[in-house]
Amino acid sequence: MKSILSLFQSIAANPNAHIREAKKKTGKKVVGYFCSYAPDELIHAAGAIPYRIFGTKDDIRLADSHLQSYCCALVRGGLEEALAGRLDFMEGTLFPHTCDSIQRLSDIWRLNTDFKFHIDAVMPVKLNTKSARDYMIDVLSDVKIRLESGLGVTIGKKEIVNSIKDFNRIRTALRTLYEIRSTTPGIFPPSAIHDIMVSGMVMDRGEFADRVEALVEKASATAVDNAGKPGKRIMISGGICSHPDIYGLLAESGGDVVFDDLCTGFRYADGNISTDADPIEAIADRYMARAVCPAKHLSNTARAEGLVDAAKKHHIDGVIFLLLKFCDPHAFDYPYLKQALDDAKIPSLLFEVEDRMPPEGQLRTRFETFTDML
Amino acid sequence: MTDEKKASDPRKIKSVRRMKEIMTNYYIGAKTARENGKKVAWITSGGPVEPLIAMDVIPVYPENHGAMIGATKMGVDLCEKAEEMGYSRDLCSYARADIACATINGGPIGGLPEPDFLVCCNNICGTVLKWYEVVARYYNVPLFILDTPFVHGKFTDAAKKYVIQQINEYIEFLENVCGKKADPDRMDEVGRLSVEAQRLWQKVLDAAAHKPAPISAFDAFFHLALIVTLRGTQETVDYYKGLSTEMEERIANNIAMVKNEKYRLLWDNLPVWYRTRWLSEKFASHDACLVADTYTSAWSGVLHLIDEDNFLESMAVAYSSVYINISLDMMIDTLKKMIKKYDADGLVMHSNRSCKPYSLGQYDLSRMVAKQIGIPTLIIEADMVDERSFSESQIETRIDAFMETLKA
Ligand code: SF4
Ligand code: SF4
Repeated sequence: MKSILSLFQSIAANPNAHIREAKKKTGKKVVGYFCSYAPDELIHAAGAIPYRIFGTKDDIRLADSHLQSYCCALVRGGLEEALAGRLDFMEGTLFPHTCDSIQRLSDIWRLNTDFKFHIDAVMPVKLNTKSARDYMIDVLSDVKIRLESGLGVTIGKKEIVNSIKDFNRIRTALRTLYEIRSTTPGIFPPSAIHDIMVSGMVMDRGEFADRVEALVEKASATAVDNAGKPGKRIMISGGICSHPDIYGLLAESGGDVVFDDLCTGFRYADGNISTDADPIEAIADRYMARAVCPAKHLSNTARAEGLVDAAKKHHIDGVIFLLLKFCDPHAFDYPYLKQALDDAKIPSLLFEVEDRMPPEGQLRTRFETFTDML
Repeated sequence: MTDEKKASDPRKIKSVRRMKEIMTNYYIGAKTARENGKKVAWITSGGPVEPLIAMDVIPVYPENHGAMIGATKMGVDLCEKAEEMGYSRDLCSYARADIACATINGGPIGGLPEPDFLVCCNNICGTVLKWYEVVARYYNVPLFILDTPFVHGKFTDAAKKYVIQQINEYIEFLENVCGKKADPDRMDEVGRLSVEAQRLWQKVLDAAAHKPAPISAFDAFFHLALIVTLRGTQETVDYYKGLSTEMEERIANNIAMVKNEKYRLLWDNLPVWYRTRWLSEKFASHDACLVADTYTSAWSGVLHLIDEDNFLESMAVAYSSVYINISLDMMIDTLKKMIKKYDADGLVMHSNRSCKPYSLGQYDLSRMVAKQIGIPTLIIEADMVDERSFSESQIETRIDAFMETLKA
């Protein structure tokens, strides 16, 4: 188990380095994308590697002449990566429509970079009507056509079905890992799930499917001695997490992250795609049904219901809201989600991050205060 | 200035009084709707209000309310209240001010009348979606979302089909919440009035192409209220007819809004509501007039896409293509046309912390304007309602410096 985990850890620590290697090894093309509403299933079906862009870990300089400071670190950091030439392994980029910032980033990106192609997938914002579903199918069909011309391939039904099967293997395995972590806290090192998720968004999906299934097998057979003091059961809720250090810090402060509601977490793993229906329609249907992101609308209360249900199901002692500063969709949802947790008597902590983390000492104190309170 | 002097000032636009009257009556009507057996709907500024008017529903605009809060300088208090409620300071200040206002019936008019239902059209931003979800939970009323896909270069056939389907869903929704059938003849009539009002509004704005400009963007910010809130009514048509006639008279009498107009500037983004006066005087002191802006023309800028004989469907497509729902390379076309039409010497961009869809991309736009048209841009970092993000001394220095380069 250790060797697979350390592989994921090294990939997550430096996805750019990994993808350069993988590109060389497999000869596959790479298509960058933002956000979990970009249909990476179609990129994989086109024989390319879908590569999720997480933003830079370095200072942001070049992006500052394109984006104001009141823009989230993901958008600014993503642009920085592109402008600095660190994404030159990519053929093109796939932009889904999520928030106002991503939507403008798409324009700025298209006008200031010279990747071979640029695809906007302007998905519906509502996910609860028939016309939205019809429109989503139209958008996905269009993405397919544009990927075909961008990559110079044709994507047959068979390829999409096969891709879907790979993704179903991946998501099934990921959910199993989530289950294992929840029932056996401490089985993985603190940031392992984070590393696995990041790896799963940048690796060749076929290879990832094999590795992650192997991991499930190993983990299921691993007995854990949990005699040590069990930590408080923590759930993290928010957008993307690019600071895996917090898992370790939390663990040292007496909190085990056992579940999450993150965009780079469970929301990506949620829901399989039907293999009985037309494949594009099936992809759309997963999007309509999976755990909803705050930039989309399923109902006025869907997110709070999902959060409280998950917290109860996983016997959560406390929730940490990990929000990226300047992220509007998440910031709007925070007060009502917190209220819903309060009503369910589940304590929560708001933790807002900019591109840089606060000093470790300060973090530790905050986490310790929180876990002590639980 | 005393009132007396104001009244005798030939530069003062006379229609202002009538506008205040209409808006006062409108808000009284909205606040007493319940007693009069009328329904109230809250709707976003870019949303299709025409079906509401046709159904005899009183439309209420939280954004217009936000602007009033800003103009009356009540923004900071309310924004802080929202922050206490857990809403981040980085969120749109219209939303923050308005969400807080509802809980205390505060603000300039003691809070907005409670909605019977909500209509949210995201052609202006994703913020309104989240904001209206908050409102829908708070008042526990139905919410209709009109989802207008963002236009990156081209409004696709699929998007067109989607918005047209939603217009039908919208009418159905209205029939349900109002408990009556929509009357197609009445709808046609409202559509016709809406188009006429938009035409007249554009005519008013066009007057500023004359040198010297008889009206400035700062005046347009004020006179905009009706085209946003009550387009589709005869009253609005009459009002803009009067305003337009007044503009013709001003042109005939060579009345300039800025006394010694020498420099003509274009404004981008929402107004800085609590400082419109200060800004306008500041620029006037440099003999500069802000002759036009990208904001107030949003309510008539898509007129060419509306087909009066097929109002509802063409409206849906047109409203999806408003200035803020299109990509930067489409915006630059509009900007270029405006710069040319109004013969602008410079561009003033309000980088508005509150409004990301309007503000992100401004740096690129300003470079495109410099390169393609050769006029300079001044970027002012501020916020439309939250005065805490406005630094007077800094902005004054920047304006002075910018004007010096223009004069050089
Ligand atoms: S949803 Fe939030 S984190 Fe994601 S790009 Fe938009 S503002 Fe940034
Ligand atoms: S100011 Fe901008 S973010 Fe706020 S409601 Fe208006 S368009 Fe949306």
